[in-house]
Amino acid sequence: MTENERVLTGILEAPPRVSEFRRFMRVFLGRGVVVFGMVIILIFFICAAFAPYIAPYDPYKNDLYNTLAQPSKAHLLGTDHFGRDTLSRIIFGTRVSLMVGVIAVGIAAGAGIILGLIAGYFGGWRLTGIMRFMDALMAFPMLILALLITEVLGGGLKNVMIALGISLMPGYARIMCGQVLSLKENDYVLAERSMGASDMRVMVRHIFPNSLAPIIVMVTMMMGTTILAEAGLSYLGIGVEPRTASWGGMINVGYQYLITNPILSFAPGISIMLVVFSFNMVGDGLRDALDPRLRGVL
Amino acid sequence: MTAYIIRRIIQAVFVLLLVSIIVFISLHILPGDPIYMLMTSEEMNQKPEEEIQALRHEYGLDKPLIVQYFDWLGGVLHGDFGTSIRFRFSVGGLMLERIPLTFHLGILAFIIAHVLGIAAGVICAVRRGTWLDTVVTVFANFGITIPIFWLGIMMIYLFSLYLHWLPVMGYTSPFTDFWMSTRQLVMPVICLAIMPMASAARQTRSSMLEVMHQDYIRTAWSKGLKERAIIIKHAMKNGLIPVLTLVGLHLSGIIGGSVLIETVYAIPGVGRLAVDSLFNRDYLVIQGVTILVAGVIVLVNLIVDIAYGWLDPRVRYR
Repeated sequence: MTENERVLTGILEAPPRVSEFRRFMRVFLGRGVVVFGMVIILIFFICAAFAPYIAPYDPYKNDLYNTLAQPSKAHLLGTDHFGRDTLSRIIFGTRVSLMVGVIAVGIAAGAGIILGLIAGYFGGWRLTGIMRFMDALMAFPMLILALLITEVLGGGLKNVMIALGISLMPGYARIMCGQVLSLKENDYVLAERSMGASDMRVMVRHIFPNSLAPIIVMVTMMMGTTILAEAGLSYLGIGVEPRTASWGGMINVGYQYLITNPILSFAPGISIMLVVFSFNMVGDGLRDALDPRLRGVL
Repeated sequence: MTAYIIRRIIQAVFVLLLVSIIVFISLHILPGDPIYMLMTSEEMNQKPEEEIQALRHEYGLDKPLIVQYFDWLGGVLHGDFGTSIRFRFSVGGLMLERIPLTFHLGILAFIIAHVLGIAAGVICAVRRGTWLDTVVTVFANFGITIPIFWLGIMMIYLFSLYLHWLPVMGYTSPFTDFWMSTRQLVMPVICLAIMPMASAARQTRSSMLEVMHQDYIRTAWSKGLKERAIIIKHAMKNGLIPVLTLVGLHLSGIIGGSVLIETVYAIPGVGRLAVDSLFNRDYLVIQGVTILVAGVIVLVNLIVDIAYGWLDPRVRYR
């Protein structure tokens, strides 16, 4: 067993589970910035879940007597060109960002993991076919591929999630394929197969759990990338429809009133940065905690 | 080495073929008639059916899909991407007009990002733990976090509207007015450079730290070499190889980002063309831009791979 696998199996199934878990938690929560990230992500998820109860106003209610108001006690971040409360729209915008993040990354990870498993496990023409196809997908910049896919499927939230999911998929397929290729030579895989286990069982019960660590890190890291991409698409007006409260769309509207109401585009940008930063930091923390090279050092 | 290069070229050609198939298929599974790629729906309603049939025949849209694909591919290889329904102009010509702008922006961002990013990463690795390291690391973490289009807007507010230092937006050719062109490019180039710069700094820092602990560096120290010589002649040679693998990714990020930044700064480049055509349902333009961009990226990745094999001979035998 290599160092790498000892750690991975250690975390997931070896007997000294408690100490491994403790080590993981000590490293993971050891840095303040990681804890900060966890807290921020938690707050954003709470905002998304309870948006109607937290938001001071209805984010879709126009108030034409009170358009483009500056920040005040009544409207902490002012109002937009329809008199809609900016703070409430930011709180509701959390829903779009997190939903796109979770679902797009879910699609990417799900499809990527399955394709990577098949490619790595069976090898041969499946490996060549699948991985070259992934290479081809990776030749498109994420936003350009998303443009092409939304051209085919049409705009809207659902299609943006599919488009981002497809553009992120190759990353997972590659990492999974690499993991499988190194794991499948192990004795325990051979032992399982010699006992007559089916390919399916070996893949799902043995290889997949052992390659989870890098996947978990990648899922966290990609949440940030996805949220940034969604904001970009919504800024261009391709993502969600303009009426929906989304951070990217709000920045686009705010841009038109930049001289008089800079807060309109400033505030949603800060939300994006905060949530992306948090996911990146938690991803860093997870990587450090799961990274075998740091064992013995910490 | 020759075998390695040939293998890589064959691979790249294969990937390019797949890319062309993806782009071709994507526009042919569109709901509705592919004739929409040649005319707007108003024109469809006005024209009599026979005329539409004749057009369909003229453009070969009644042939089997596989024949259409090879016809199209043959055209693309000759630089013929079809005609834009909005501009009534060849797609190739449209792109040719706009490529210089995106190239100008992109190449500046690309160079600045890598020069500054690598320098920052090396300094951090050498002066690990100092305040400089902390500042650069924090900056790099923000660089991979910031939405670039938002950064662009905030810079317009600060530098153009508030401080009046730079023009708000637009593009001027450097051959017409070099000074104006440069002033207009400052903000968009910063926006495009920030992400790859941060990424290059992070990668350089970590790979340099790894290299600095290796035996041959200790040997160099014990030989009494100067720090500058050790870093530049010994450590950087190996420390920068992993950064090379990111170059393709950075280029892809810059081209993707130019879609956003050209929109923010009203620069009529290729990225802006793609967005505009999306709204006008100008399918053949999108198809052309996508295949062009993917082609450039495959080509750059091929060059990077060959350079990698040259710098690190172990790669050639994998």
